[in-house]
Amino acid sequence: MSAVLEIQGLQKTYRSRKGVRKALDGFDMVVEAGQVHGFLGPNGSGKTTTLRTLLGLIRPNAGRMAILGREVPAALPEVAGSVGAIVESPQFFGNFSAQDTLLLLADAGGVERARVFEVLELVGLRDRAKDRVKTYSLGMKQRLAVASALLKNPRLLILDEPANGLDPGGIREMRTLMRNLAESGMTVVLSSHILGEIQLICDSVTIIAAGRRVAAGSVAEVLAQHATSSVRVRLESAVDLPASAAALRELGAQVSLEQDHLMVSGIAQPSAITRTLALRNVFVSELAPVSVDLESVFLELTGTAPVAGEHRQVDQTVMAQAGPAHGGWGQ
Amino acid sequence: MSLYTAETRRLTKRRFSRFFLLGVVVVLALIAGGMFFSNQKNTPEVVAAAQAKADREFQQAVVQSEAEKKACAAQPGSDCANMWTPTRDDFQAEWYMPSTFDFREQFGAMETALAAILAVMAFVIGASFVGAEWTSGGMMNLLLWRPQRIKVLSTKLGALLVTLSVVTVVISLIWTGIFAVIGNLRGTMEGMTSGAWQSVMLMELRGLGLVLFAGAVGFGLASLGRHTAVAMGVAIGVVVLFQFGLGTVLSLAGVKFLEAYLIPTWAAAWVDKSVKLEDWNACNVSPDGCVPDTLTITWPMAGGVFGAVLVLVVGLAMWTLRSRDIT
Repeated sequence: MSAVLEIQGLQKTYRSRKGVRKALDGFDMVVEAGQVHGFLGPNGSGKTTTLRTLLGLIRPNAGRMAILGREVPAALPEVAGSVGAIVESPQFFGNFSAQDTLLLLADAGGVERARVFEVLELVGLRDRAKDRVKTYSLGMKQRLAVASALLKNPRLLILDEPANGLDPGGIREMRTLMRNLAESGMTVVLSSHILGEIQLICDSVTIIAAGRRVAAGSVAEVLAQHATSSVRVRLESAVDLPASAAALRELGAQVSLEQDHLMVSGIAQPSAITRTLALRNVFVSELAPVSVDLESVFLELTGTAPVAGEHRQVDQTVMAQAGPAHGGWGQ
Repeated sequence: MSLYTAETRRLTKRRFSRFFLLGVVVVLALIAGGMFFSNQKNTPEVVAAAQAKADREFQQAVVQSEAEKKACAAQPGSDCANMWTPTRDDFQAEWYMPSTFDFREQFGAMETALAAILAVMAFVIGASFVGAEWTSGGMMNLLLWRPQRIKVLSTKLGALLVTLSVVTVVISLIWTGIFAVIGNLRGTMEGMTSGAWQSVMLMELRGLGLVLFAGAVGFGLASLGRHTAVAMGVAIGVVVLFQFGLGTVLSLAGVKFLEAYLIPTWAAAWVDKSVKLEDWNACNVSPDGCVPDTLTITWPMAGGVFGAVLVLVVGLAMWTLRSRDIT
């Protein structure tokens, strides 16, 4: 597979009277052709700055970017016709209808006008196409934004929070649409906070925190890299939890004592747990391997898991494993 | 070309542009209607009636004057030699005629009014055309489609100026036609030689220049601030600070030719070919008496100033769009 989008060492620094803030600090990203690629990061981590920089709206301080094999921003005018994008919340002139909005964009971009009606149908706005955009709900505006991005029938589709404001049915439609587009050969880059959705529809992901890539690769790879062989252990009687934890630690296991169960890792065979506890007349009522999901990996990598009694601030992240990640420039 | 067509459609589709233009047309129609109904053609009957009234007033004045002279002579020691004696020249027939529209004499003021009204319209529409695009996010969308900032802004400006030119030319022609009709029906077209018509056309051309200047400056200011309100704020600031504030301060300071510091003077000089300012505090003795100092502002001088402002504002708008991030 060839890379459709490549970013290497991207840096962006904002200077203001309050000081200097590094929005991007040597960020790398690679997206292969035909993939649905998830682009994840907590608020303020640099996702939107990356997308804006890639699309020529922000000038980077350093780094290289390429879209469809062409260096950008230099070649952006040539590749723009193959890139459909929405960045952040959908914004349109409220007094124009969806149809007018798309027709004006089609005229400006030299796209066949018939395509406007195709994309309106595709995103489910056909019957409301002549209503003014200011009468639309957030979800409908989001659909219009996706329609505008699809108008060019792009080879690379970049969507920033496309499910924002959509109802559950709309989210499912969007998911199907993304899959269908990818199957038709389109590469989709999807930025979202709905990690369950990303895990469901994305082939690969890049996770960014504090302006740097903290994980990248296929979803399975990222999950595997951060999977732990933890086992959840419930006992017949919760009174036995502390003593059981001590017994398992003697075996060399890492044990965390929860309110009504134990989390045990570092043991090759789960049967060792049952055997050890049974010898002490403690009987197991549940022994379940804990599967890791994208959300927990995300929270671990970005250090944004909520902590009881603490109020995490927007820029407060932990740079975990900031070393070289998989899939750098040209790989 | 497709971008230019799209931008022209965007401009003409906007309700704000349409309503503002409609408002301007209504105002112009009211002015033209007012001029039509407040003027009257001097037919032979009207002239004869005015002449008769002038004669009657003259006769009454003569009788009254003689009576006053007699009364004066009856009082010994009175100086009656210098008492006023009415003459025919004191009772001219035209003074008793209703107002009439002399196209050659009066159309210039109408043309200046038209240029000023259209310039205000151009400024506001120009500012809102690009300002609303920035605030609604439309500009960012457009730049995602056409990532050539200067080309996009230039094309937008071009679409605005061409549309304003068409509107101004059409309205100016209709305006001229309406006042030609008023001249024919409610006044006179005397003296409208080909040279006079050429002068009218040149004045309208300069009016078009003023409209385009105002439109481009409004557009440029809103582009700089990325909001319509910035252009409007600057306009209000300039009026309050420089027109009223500066005018008052300069007046208190007794500055010569203080009108030269006010924008309307320069606009009038541009449209009317020249404006002559007089300083009555200076008295230059001459055979005709006290002659004031004068300063004449000509249309090339005004054009130079407007050109410099235009280059500065539009140039800055282009430069900032090129260099600033779009966030």
